[in-house]
Amino acid sequence: MSQPIVEYRGISKYFAGVRALEKVDFSCRAGSIHGVLGENGAGKSTLIKIMAGVLRPDAGEMLLDGRPVSFAEPQAAADAGIVCMFQELSLVPDLSVADNISIARPPRRFGLIDRRAQVARAEALLARVRCEDIDPNALVRELSLSRRQMVEIAKALGRDPKVLILDEATSALTARDVQTVYDLLAELKAQGVASLFISHRMHEVDQLCDTLSVFRNGRHIETFAKGDKSERDIVRLMIGRDVEAQFPPKPAPVPAAERGAPLLSVQGLAWQNRLNGIDLAVHPGEIVGLGGLDGQGQKELLLALFGVLRDVEGAVVIGGRKGIPGSPAAARSGRTRIALVPEDRKTEGLMLAMPIADNLLAASFARISRGPFIDPARARKAVDDGIERLRIKTGSASDPVMTLSGGNQQKVVIAKWLMIDPDIVLLNDPTRGIDVGTKQEIYRLMRELANAGKAILFYSSDYAELIGCCDRVSVLYGGRVVSEKEGDQLTEEGLIAASLNIDVEAA
Amino acid sequence: MRLAVSPENKPILIASLFVVAILFAGTAYTLSTTGTAPLLSPGYLLQQLQTGSFLGICAAGMMMVILLGHIDLSVPWTLTAAAMTATAVGGEWALPTALAVGLSVGLLNGFGVAFLRIPSMIFTLGVDTVLRGLMVAQTGGFAPQDSATPLMLYLAKERILGIPVAIFVWAATSIVIAVILTRTGFGRSIYATGSREAAAFLSGIRTRLVIVGAFVVSGLCAATAGILLAGYSAKAYQGMGNSFLLPAIAAVVLGGTHILGGRGRYAGTVVGVVLIVLLNSVLSIMQMPEAGRQIIYGAVIIGMLLVYGRNQRVTS
Amino acid sequence: MHQPAWKRWLQQNLGFASALLLLLTIYLVYNMLHPRGFSSAVAVQNANETAAIAFVAMAQTIPVLMGGLDLSVGAVMTLTNCIASEFVNGSPAEIVFGMIATLLAGTAFGLANGLIVVYGRIQPIIATLATGAIAIGLALIVRPKPGGDVDGDLGWALTNSVWDFADTYGLADGGDAWWLRPFADIPMPLIIVILVTVLVWVPFRRSVTGRTVYAIGSAEGAAFMSGLPIARAKIAAFTLAGFFAACGGLYLAIQTSSGNADLQQAGAYTLNSIAAVVLGGTSLLGGIGGAVASLVGAAILRVISFYFRILDIDPLLQPLIEGLVLLIAVSFGAIRTLRVKNKLDLFR
Repeated sequence: MSQPIVEYRGISKYFAGVRALEKVDFSCRAGSIHGVLGENGAGKSTLIKIMAGVLRPDAGEMLLDGRPVSFAEPQAAADAGIVCMFQELSLVPDLSVADNISIARPPRRFGLIDRRAQVARAEALLARVRCEDIDPNALVRELSLSRRQMVEIAKALGRDPKVLILDEATSALTARDVQTVYDLLAELKAQGVASLFISHRMHEVDQLCDTLSVFRNGRHIETFAKGDKSERDIVRLMIGRDVEAQFPPKPAPVPAAERGAPLLSVQGLAWQNRLNGIDLAVHPGEIVGLGGLDGQGQKELLLALFGVLRDVEGAVVIGGRKGIPGSPAAARSGRTRIALVPEDRKTEGLMLAMPIADNLLAASFARISRGPFIDPARARKAVDDGIERLRIKTGSASDPVMTLSGGNQQKVVIAKWLMIDPDIVLLNDPTRGIDVGTKQEIYRLMRELANAGKAILFYSSDYAELIGCCDRVSVLYGGRVVSEKEGDQLTEEGLIAASLNIDVEAA
Repeated sequence: MRLAVSPENKPILIASLFVVAILFAGTAYTLSTTGTAPLLSPGYLLQQLQTGSFLGICAAGMMMVILLGHIDLSVPWTLTAAAMTATAVGGEWALPTALAVGLSVGLLNGFGVAFLRIPSMIFTLGVDTVLRGLMVAQTGGFAPQDSATPLMLYLAKERILGIPVAIFVWAATSIVIAVILTRTGFGRSIYATGSREAAAFLSGIRTRLVIVGAFVVSGLCAATAGILLAGYSAKAYQGMGNSFLLPAIAAVVLGGTHILGGRGRYAGTVVGVVLIVLLNSVLSIMQMPEAGRQIIYGAVIIGMLLVYGRNQRVTS
Repeated sequence: MHQPAWKRWLQQNLGFASALLLLLTIYLVYNMLHPRGFSSAVAVQNANETAAIAFVAMAQTIPVLMGGLDLSVGAVMTLTNCIASEFVNGSPAEIVFGMIATLLAGTAFGLANGLIVVYGRIQPIIATLATGAIAIGLALIVRPKPGGDVDGDLGWALTNSVWDFADTYGLADGGDAWWLRPFADIPMPLIIVILVTVLVWVPFRRSVTGRTVYAIGSAEGAAFMSGLPIARAKIAAFTLAGFFAACGGLYLAIQTSSGNADLQQAGAYTLNSIAAVVLGGTSLLGGIGGAVASLVGAAILRVISFYFRILDIDPLLQPLIEGLVLLIAVSFGAIRTLRVKNKLDLFR
C-alpha cells in the first residue's frame, strides 16, 4: 500500500463554539479513489474545506506528502496540488469557458493574458472530458447546469491535481457524462492521483471508490476497503442506528378507470422550445414522478404550473377550472391551492439571512392577519406548529435560517407550504444534497400528504427515489412525456431505457 | 457582566451612545468658551429636533426603499416639486396636491423599478432630473405663487404644549412606518423581498406591488417633508430639497439598516437622524467652516460603520 | 455549435453595440444639422466638453463592474481639479511635477477608498458616500474660493487640435511635418482619452486583477473559490477609479484654467457618471461591460446637450429634456425585461 498523500492529525474546527470537526485523524493515499460518507452536518464539507484552504483548523495539523502544511487561501492549496470541485459551482457566469478554465493562472504573453493560448488550452482540456461540443468562447451563463459541471471538471483537470476533491460533483450530470467522469477518475488513479469523492448517492460511491470513510457528528467513525461492509451496515454507521425500509409502503395501485377526476390535468403544454406538448394527469392521493435525464423539461413543467413562466400554451385544468395561475401568488391563493418546493433552496426557497419564523410565514401572511395587521398569537402558533410537524431541529425560531443544516433548511421550505394547506404539491428535486435521515422523513411526509388526498408531482434526479416513492412515473424527453411507468414496469432498467428514449419492449 | 445585544440592536446602541457623546463634547466646548450649555436646554433641543423632523420624515421613507435593497434618489426634487405645487395651488387644496405629487412620483418610481426592472439607482435619478426639469420649465426660475399656506405654516412652526407641531408630524409618521414594518404583511414582505426577491416571489409574495408600495411611501414622506419645509421657510423655492438626500441615506445606514436590504429596525433610523442633526448643530455652534464639516461628516460615517463591525466574508 | 466570432461578440455585447450605434447616429445627425457643418473646430469643442465626464465615467465603471458603486468619483475629480489649479504652472519641470502630484493625489484617494472597503468591510456605496464628503472638504481647504492658475501654453496645447499642440511646443516642424498631416485636425482631448484608455484600461482588463474585477461582479463566491485575488482586485479597482477621476480633474483644470470646490458640481458629475456607465451598456449588477462602453455612454450624454445649442431650445426646457432622454434611454433596458419568459430570470 502506498503512503498517505494527505494526512490529518487531530484536526478540530468550531463555528461559534459549535463543533464541526472533533480531533479528526484521517488519511488518503495516492492512487486511490476514496469515498467520504456521512449525513449533512457530519463534517464532510468542513473536512474538505480545510484541505482546500477555504477554512483553517482550530487545532491539529495537516500533512501533505509527510510535511506539515497550512493554507492561507484556496490558491495556496491549488498551488500545492490540492484541487477541489465544490458543490456550489465555482465558475464565474459572465466569463467565457476558456477564461474560467484558466482563471487564476492564465497563460501570459508580455505579462498580459494570452487569449489565444487560453482557448487552445481550454479546447485540449474539454476534449479530455469528451465535451468537444462546448465552445470555449461561450459564456458560462449560456451553458446548462450539466455542461457547467463538465467545465468545472475540465478546470480542475487543468490544475494538475495531486489530490482531487469532488464534492457532489456528479449531481447534475447526464448518464453519459457520469461515465466519462468515472473513466477519468480511473485514469487519474492509475497516474497516482488521490481522489476524494463525496456523494449522497450510495450506489455511486459503492461503484466507484476503493476505500470508504464514514463521518458522523464531526467525528471520523471508520475507514474500510470497499466490499468489507454491506450497504445496510454503512448506513447504520452513518446515522448511528438501524434504518427501517427506506421508503414508506405504497397503497395498492388503483386501475386507471377507477381513479376518478384528476385534480391536475395537463394537455399539450408547450413553452418556448423546452416544453413541446406535455400530457399528464395527477389525481387526489397520488404521487406522480417526473423522470428522465436532466434538462428534459421537468423543471420548466413545474414552474409553468406554478405561474412562473410567461406565454405557456396548452390546456390545463386545475381542480375543475381551466387555465394556469398567472403568478405564484395566484397559484398559492386560488380555490385549488398549489405549492412549489423549488430547485435551489438557498436562492429560491429561503431568505437565508432572515429568521426561521419569517421564512415559515412567508407564504401565509394573509392567513395570520386580521385586516392588514399580523396577529402575533396566530403567527407564533403557526410557527410552532410548523416546527413541530416537520420536526425541524432549531434553537430558536428567531435564528437566521442559514444557521440550520441543509436538511432542516429544506424542512423549513416544506413547512412553509404546508401552512397554506395546499391541494397540489409540486416538488423539484427536494432531496438533492440532503442527508439520508431527512430524505426518509420527506418520503414519509409525501406519502402522508397523498393519503390525505393531496396530489403530488415529484421531480427527482435519483431513479431509486422515483421508484420507491411514486405511484406512477412520467418520463420526459425533449419536453414531451415519452413513457409512463407504473406497477411492475417501474424498474430502474425501464426508467433508464425510457430516459434515453429507447423502446425496450418493442425491441 | 456582559449584556447580550442582538446584531440588529448593536448599531442602535452604539449610535445612541454616540449621540450622548456628541452632547457631552458639544457642552464641554460651549462651557469652556462661553460658559453656557445651550445643547442641554430643552428649548434648544426641541428647536433642533423641529428642523430635524424634515430630515427624519425623508429618512423614514428612504428606509422603506433601502430595506428592499433599492434607493430613492428622487427625494430632493420630489420634496421640492411637492412644496412648489402646493404653494402654487394654495388654499385648502395645497396639502392634498402635495401628497398627490408624492404619490404619483412614488408610483412612477415603483413602476420603473418593479415592472420595467430598471435599477433604482438610475431610474430614480432620471425621475429626479425630470422633476427638476418640470419645475424649471413651469416656473421659469420664479414661482408664480410661492408663499406657504396658513396650514403649512402651522404644521411647521406652531407649537402644542410647547412642543413644535413638526415633531408631532414626525412622530406620527414614525409610528405609521414602525407599525407597517413590524406588524403588517406588507412590512414583513418588504424584509422578505429585500432579503431575497426570488424566494419571496416563489413564496407567493407579490413582490412587484411590495416594491411599488415602498416607493409610494417614500414619495409621500418626501412630499410631507416638502410641506413642512415650505411652511418653515414660509415659501417654496428651487433646490430646497438638495441637502436632504445624502443625510437621509446616511441616517438610515447609521441606524443599522443594511444598504443591500433585508435588515434594519426603524428605531435605528430615528437615532441616525438625531445623530446627524445634533452633529450638525454642534458643528454650527463651533462655527466650523464648510471644509471641516464635510470632513468630520465623512469621518463620522466611516468611523461609526467601522465600529458597527464587519460584514461576513464571502466564502461560499 | 460554435458560432462565428462576430456573431458571438454581438450577442455578448449587445448593450455596448446598441450604445455605439446610437452615438454614431446622433452625432452624425448633429453634424448634419449643425449650421456650419462638420469642422475641426466643432470637433475640438465637442471633445473638450466630453473629456472630463468621459474620464469620470471610466472611473465609475470599474467599481460598477465589481457590483459596487463609487459615489466619490465626482468629489475626487473636484479635489484633483483644485489641486491641479494650484500646482500645474511655473517652469516645465514644475508643471510636470504638478500634473504627477495631481494624478497621485487622486490615485491615493482611490487607494484609501479601496482599503476602507476591503479591510473596513463597509459597503462601497456608503463608504464612498462618506469619503466623497471628505474629498470635498479637502478640496475646500485647497481652494476655498474658485479660481487658480494653470499654465496657459499647456491649456492651449491640450485643448485644441494636434496641430496646435505641435505648434505650441515646436514639435514636428511646428506641426507642419508631412507625417503629422493626416492627424493634424484630430482634437487633443480625444487623443488623451484614447491614450489613457489604451495604456491603462486595456492592460488592466487583460490582467488577472482585471479579470478578478469582472469575476467579483459576476459571482464573488466562485471567484474566491477559484483562488482569484479578491482583496487585491477590489483595492486595485478603487485605486484605478481614483486615477481616472484624477485624469478628469486634471483635464478640467487645464481646460478651464481654474479649480472650483463646488459640491453641486461634484454631485452632478457622480450622478452623470452613473448615467454614462448605464447608457454604455455596463450592468449595474456587475460582471458585464467595460470602460470603453462608458466612454460611449458619456459621449451620448454630451451629444444630447450639444443639440440644445444648435436647435435653439429654450434653456428653461433643457433640464426637462435631459431628464426625459435619460429616462427613455434607460427604459429601453426594459425591452429585455418584457421579453423574459421565465420570471425567475428577472431576479438575477
